[in-house]
Amino acid sequence: MLDAIVRRAMGSLDIDAHLAVQPGEVLALLGPNGAGKSTLLRCLAGLLAIDAGTIRIDDVVVDDPYLDMFVTPEQRPVGMMFQDHLLFEHMSVLENVAFGLRARGDDKATARREAGEWLERLELAEFAKQRPAALSGGQSQRVALARALARGPRVLLLDEPLSALDAATRATVRRDLRRHLASFPGMRVLVTHDPIDAYALADRVAVIDKGVIVQEGRLDEVTSHPRSRFVADLVGVNLVRGTLADGVLITASGARVVIADERRGDVFAVIRPQAVSLHRHLDDMDSSSPRNMWAGQVADIDLQGDRARVGISGALPLTAEITVAALTALRLAAGDEVWASAKATDIDAYPT
Amino acid sequence: MAERRVRDTRTRLPIPVVALAIVAVLFFALPLVGLLWRAPWSHAWTYLSDHETLTALRLSLISSLWATALSVLFGVPLAWLLARSEFRGRSLVRALCTLSMVLPPVVGGVALFFALGRRGLVGQWLDHWFGIRLPFTLAGVVVAQTFVAMPFLIITVEAALRQLDLRFDDAARTLGASRWYTFRRVTLPAIRPALTAGAVLAWARALGEFGATVTFAGNFPGTTQTLPLAVYLALESNPQQAIMLALLLIAISFGVLVGLRDRWFGRVAELR
Repeated sequence: MLDAIVRRAMGSLDIDAHLAVQPGEVLALLGPNGAGKSTLLRCLAGLLAIDAGTIRIDDVVVDDPYLDMFVTPEQRPVGMMFQDHLLFEHMSVLENVAFGLRARGDDKATARREAGEWLERLELAEFAKQRPAALSGGQSQRVALARALARGPRVLLLDEPLSALDAATRATVRRDLRRHLASFPGMRVLVTHDPIDAYALADRVAVIDKGVIVQEGRLDEVTSHPRSRFVADLVGVNLVRGTLADGVLITASGARVVIADERRGDVFAVIRPQAVSLHRHLDDMDSSSPRNMWAGQVADIDLQGDRARVGISGALPLTAEITVAALTALRLAAGDEVWASAKATDIDAYPT
Repeated sequence: MAERRVRDTRTRLPIPVVALAIVAVLFFALPLVGLLWRAPWSHAWTYLSDHETLTALRLSLISSLWATALSVLFGVPLAWLLARSEFRGRSLVRALCTLSMVLPPVVGGVALFFALGRRGLVGQWLDHWFGIRLPFTLAGVVVAQTFVAMPFLIITVEAALRQLDLRFDDAARTLGASRWYTFRRVTLPAIRPALTAGAVLAWARALGEFGATVTFAGNFPGTTQTLPLAVYLALESNPQQAIMLALLLIAISFGVLVGLRDRWFGRVAELR
């Protein structure tokens, strides 16, 4: 397994993180730009030395300042796929994949044969003689993957594997990558700022903010039970914190949230944006079932395909996700007074 | 039509700029025209096939190619050191190693003489221990040419190395490549256009070298008399021959520059 306790100062950022990845597992490091994800990855690869801590791969220490141990990147059983792939432009696709084998000392014929097999496996055989410049984003990504895997690493690191691609090819490439990653038996760590990528590719997610892992677990756990505003924003749900008693949660700012829960005490509550309905007038709701009605103002509207995410300010700041058709019917614009509602049974509470 | 007019206005330069540029071209072209005009074309072959001319040409080619090879051998590692490593006094080292570009070549020759001459700082020991005497030998010519030519290679290659994306080195290292393997397989191919350009510049400088050569290696026909030296000597004794020799030198340099310019300098520009 990969077991890494990493402390490393990088500019104004202090990274302090503990990661453990089992063989066959994919861990996603999820966080915004500048959170220290890539730095952490470079530490695992050996491109940066850690200041304190220890990194072990299959119980072999590869970096430990106290033990004065540092295994150079070329000697670590670690393969890395870089954000913009970094294929060597002056070599053919086959030579790129054979590079690591040649560097290891394989003779030319063996290296080329083995590289050819990798190309076959990743459905790239027809591009063997081409230059990387002639490839599409998805193809170039597969070459980068083949190149990283050809040397037979125990750990595969992927730095923002999908961010260099345009939206149209992303979904296809993500699916292919998932398939190819599944065939690799070692430990995999991928860095992404996109929860969708993490959801599609990873078994487990570690949310990282300012160099520190703020929450870790299976992605559905993290999404349904975020433990900080940061994580909630990242996975795109509303997080409310307050005191729950007799089925009513009261926030610090005095907003009331009715929840179908017998619990008492400090709790978090998650309100999925899809569970929030918007109304122009209160009397629309007299005869309907939602127990929660909050007055607010439209702060911003963000269109995402046929969905619209409407930010609402007020005693209880919320984000509602409604269809563009509903948005049009309501004729909402920034600054409008609006009522938001949610069913008590749609709100999930859990202890802080 | 409209499209064409737009394109015309964009590429049309202000008249003063064009006029000044034309003056500059004429400034470079006129001396050449002057030589062509005064050249003794009817006896051209006699002068060119003259034994002394051929010897000087041979010495010029041999020495300048040696100087280029030495410049590449030592200049590339030096450029790498200057571009990639941080050490105290790096800018001093860089200034020192490119000083001979701005130094009058004669001064360079004198300095070489006191360093590597028979009584020189190092030269006396070279003579004493190994029996190597550089002054007034072809090896001395090569040393003088290398001295003035290598900086051209160093600055060209260093600039290219600085522009390289170091993340490619990272990629190579995560693929198990040692630093030396990375240098050979990744860095060197990436800077090859600049390396060729630098080598051509260094070679051209070595071929035209006069001052340092004549000071350090002297002017002995058959041993150290390269084409530029032969031109200078012939100017006194046989101006007609001097013209032909000069034209020969120009033809070689011009041919190489034209032949390589588009292929290599063009590619350097593309890479930027």
